[in-house]
Amino acid sequence: MENAKGIVFKYGDNVDTDVIIPARYLNSSDPAELATHCMEDIDKDFVKKVKKGDIMVATKNFGCGSSREHAPIAIKASGISCVIADTFARIFYRNAINIGLPIIECADAANEIEAGDEVEVDFDSGKIYDLTKGTEYQGQAFPPFMQKIIDAEGLVNYINAK
Amino acid sequence: MGMTMTQKILAAHAGLDKVEAGQLIEADLDLVLGNDITSPVAIKEMDKMKVDGVFDKDKIALVPDHFVPNKDIKSAEHCKCVREFAYRNQITNYFEVGQMGIEHALLPEKGLTVAGDVIIGADSHTCTYGALGAFSTGVGSTDMAAGMATGKAWFKVPGAIKFQLTGSLPEWVSGKDLILHIIGMIGVDGALYKSMEFVGEGVKSLSMDDRFTIANMAIEAGAKNGIFPVDELAKAYMDEHSTKQYTVYEADDDAVYDEVYTIDLNTLRPTIAFPHLPENTKTIDEITEDIKIDQVVIGSCTNGRIDDLRCAAKVLKDKKVAPGIRCIIIPATQAIYLQAMEEGLLKTFIEAGAVVSTPTCGPCLGGYMGILAAGERCVATTNRNFVGRMGHVDSEIYLASPAVAAASAVAGKISCPCRL
Repeated sequence: MENAKGIVFKYGDNVDTDVIIPARYLNSSDPAELATHCMEDIDKDFVKKVKKGDIMVATKNFGCGSSREHAPIAIKASGISCVIADTFARIFYRNAINIGLPIIECADAANEIEAGDEVEVDFDSGKIYDLTKGTEYQGQAFPPFMQKIIDAEGLVNYINAK
Repeated sequence: MGMTMTQKILAAHAGLDKVEAGQLIEADLDLVLGNDITSPVAIKEMDKMKVDGVFDKDKIALVPDHFVPNKDIKSAEHCKCVREFAYRNQITNYFEVGQMGIEHALLPEKGLTVAGDVIIGADSHTCTYGALGAFSTGVGSTDMAAGMATGKAWFKVPGAIKFQLTGSLPEWVSGKDLILHIIGMIGVDGALYKSMEFVGEGVKSLSMDDRFTIANMAIEAGAKNGIFPVDELAKAYMDEHSTKQYTVYEADDDAVYDEVYTIDLNTLRPTIAFPHLPENTKTIDEITEDIKIDQVVIGSCTNGRIDDLRCAAKVLKDKKVAPGIRCIIIPATQAIYLQAMEEGLLKTFIEAGAVVSTPTCGPCLGGYMGILAAGERCVATTNRNFVGRMGHVDSEIYLASPAVAAASAVAGKISCPCRL
């Protein structure tokens, strides 16, 4: 899997799926349309500033709340190449794997990396590099079973291949 | 090393004698659920799968409930997509407007969820059915699609936290107060990836509706599921509502728990979660200032059942909603609506100056039927008080029981029946 590399958007604890994509936009399931409202209730500038390949970093319990898959879909469609967090809420974690949005758990990286840093993630080794600060972190590798779903770029392809 | 209730159910559905926390398994599904928001995405994903149709037309439930009756053209298109899929695949349990209700109140009432089942639903509050001793958990749309296509889902076997309940709930204190108390104690990620098992002699004093409310909000502590032992009350409920065969699983005496909490129900007080997280709880006694409100919502998959409406009616009987307050009451299903009518509860609500709506998730997730403007405050019996959840990002939601919500509607500020 190719490395992710980009500029960091940084958020705190308990970023819920209602702020990732508010329910008032759930009358659409079009990824491009959802992406235009991604994060708007906590960060109005996100959609204006985000560029393809950028990285989202947050601390505890990222993606808590509603099971809406529209949340990881909106993040992926906005151009974000990877989400790094201390912990992910479990439904978001499943959804991200299932739709092929790369995510990685690492407490130190989540706490130390700051907004605007340039960060690179090597998915094969689980290593996270903060190129701005010159620091390096070891992220949590996926169990082989989940890695297979990620390698297939999502659950649908994984099931089709079986 | 023994197994918890949840682990036993998962082992049985994976064809294994034994599982332990952390193990990855593939389990057979007894029911796959979706609603009008999550199903269209699942249907689109299923179309990409190389399958002929659904695995079992009797084991899928499709409940348009979030934005129905259709709130706008886009929602109507989503509902149409779900309806056409249901007809095309001859889905037995598709519930049209007129039959539908809020999914997590509806499915147990229709007898589709019973003890020992493994249930996934593309809605985070699918954990509600743990009240009947089922393993049920929320997933996303792609998992729902895979479940509909294959009848299977992968799970990481969860560890568990045990809540040992003693005593019984005091007057005007309900299951909602207990689960808010617990979330306040352990935090919104306090049970992340884990089961919450509610056991002990205190369970006896909890009505089925209390148990549904408690299991429903397990997700608000980050849990994978919440689950209750199957006692005589649960069996009576299933006998009344279902013809499905159920299986009772009990935790082993030597089951392993990551943490154990003992809670004396007698000591609980009406509890309110302040903005903007369900863990920001205070008891009514800790609220000394006047918190003026604009709206009250009584309903949702958490608290729109008949016990909840009876409690609200008891508070509102011969009283009036305070001037300037909008009080919106939403029975969760058609059957609950009808029963509330027959018991005269709807008359009480309307005479008090409340409005009564057809079943819908509507305001809980900021869909419609009670959206908040900037600066407005709502006391709601719903389950989440995140930023912007019920409307404007500068509005506020206070989560509470039906008793507190109804009393607050009368007082025009956060209150409880004992203060009226």
